[in-house]
Amino acid sequence: MPVFYGTEVSSQLMLGTAQYPSPAILAEAFRRSGAGIATVSVRREAGGGRAGQDFWTLIKDLGVIVLPNTAGCHSVREAFTTAQMARELFDTDWIKLEVIGNADNLQPDPFGLVEASRRLVDDGFRVFPYCTDDLVLCETLLTVGCQVLMPWGAPIGSGMGLNNPYGLRALRQNFPEIPLVVDAGLGLPSQAARVMEMGYDSVLVNTAVAKAGDPAAMAESFAKAVEAGAIAYGADPMEPRDMASPSTPVLGKAFL
Amino acid sequence: MKIIVNGKEVETNKKTLAELLDELGQGNSRVATAVNEAFVPAKARMTQNLFTGDRIEIVTPRQGG
Repeated sequence: MPVFYGTEVSSQLMLGTAQYPSPAILAEAFRRSGAGIATVSVRREAGGGRAGQDFWTLIKDLGVIVLPNTAGCHSVREAFTTAQMARELFDTDWIKLEVIGNADNLQPDPFGLVEASRRLVDDGFRVFPYCTDDLVLCETLLTVGCQVLMPWGAPIGSGMGLNNPYGLRALRQNFPEIPLVVDAGLGLPSQAARVMEMGYDSVLVNTAVAKAGDPAAMAESFAKAVEAGAIAYGADPMEPRDMASPSTPVLGKAFL
Repeated sequence: MKIIVNGKEVETNKKTLAELLDELGQGNSRVATAVNEAFVPAKARMTQNLFTGDRIEIVTPRQGG
């Protein structure tokens, strides 16, 4: 099972907690998938309500590790302050760092991400940077103190899958000891299985589960796909080849 | 004095952030705070004085991806 900053997690699947039809369906998705980490955020309470307090009670009851994010932050300052608030609110020094650089595709800002990571690491955070699959960016994030990388598969919420399998493979090959998590863009369990077949440590999904017709069933499906992909990677898959090679023995075939 | 709380103008006579949270009924809630874009830890709210025009952010745990 994956180990992040010295903590072993009970599942290779991380689940987001947004956009579910109801809190009960959210809880059922976690129960059926066995996901070990839940991503959460910090937001203003609307109109003096209790939604935040109720959500916190729900999350505590799930019994999973909480990973707060800085979703929606477009500047280093904004992300840094949000992370500080999240640390106090959720009582954890883990932070999924998002510094968004483009409002249309929500692509991470690589320059802001590095600067924010450096500041947060210096302030005692354990940073999970949501990044692109750029090798040099990822190398720099490790240099400033990140010990996990979370490259995107495709833009957040797009369901496109893996836009750049080559880039993701290159990260695995270059950083064999670093926990790698594909975060964002997955739409189907088969895409999650492919991530794990590359030797990744974990997969984070939210929209693909929450927006499915049956979120709990989809969460379970992702969990099984992730497990299957991880077992396949450990089983050392065969190398693909261009030419056919008969699987049935040629020797002994009847001469007709 | 007038301050901004979560983007809305609020009239208050409270002198500290802790007093403001009590006034808003959130003194005992699980919230985190910032004043003028800077994080204010819970233990510092009693000494965080408020001034006209301050921008206060009060956030709670929410769903996220």
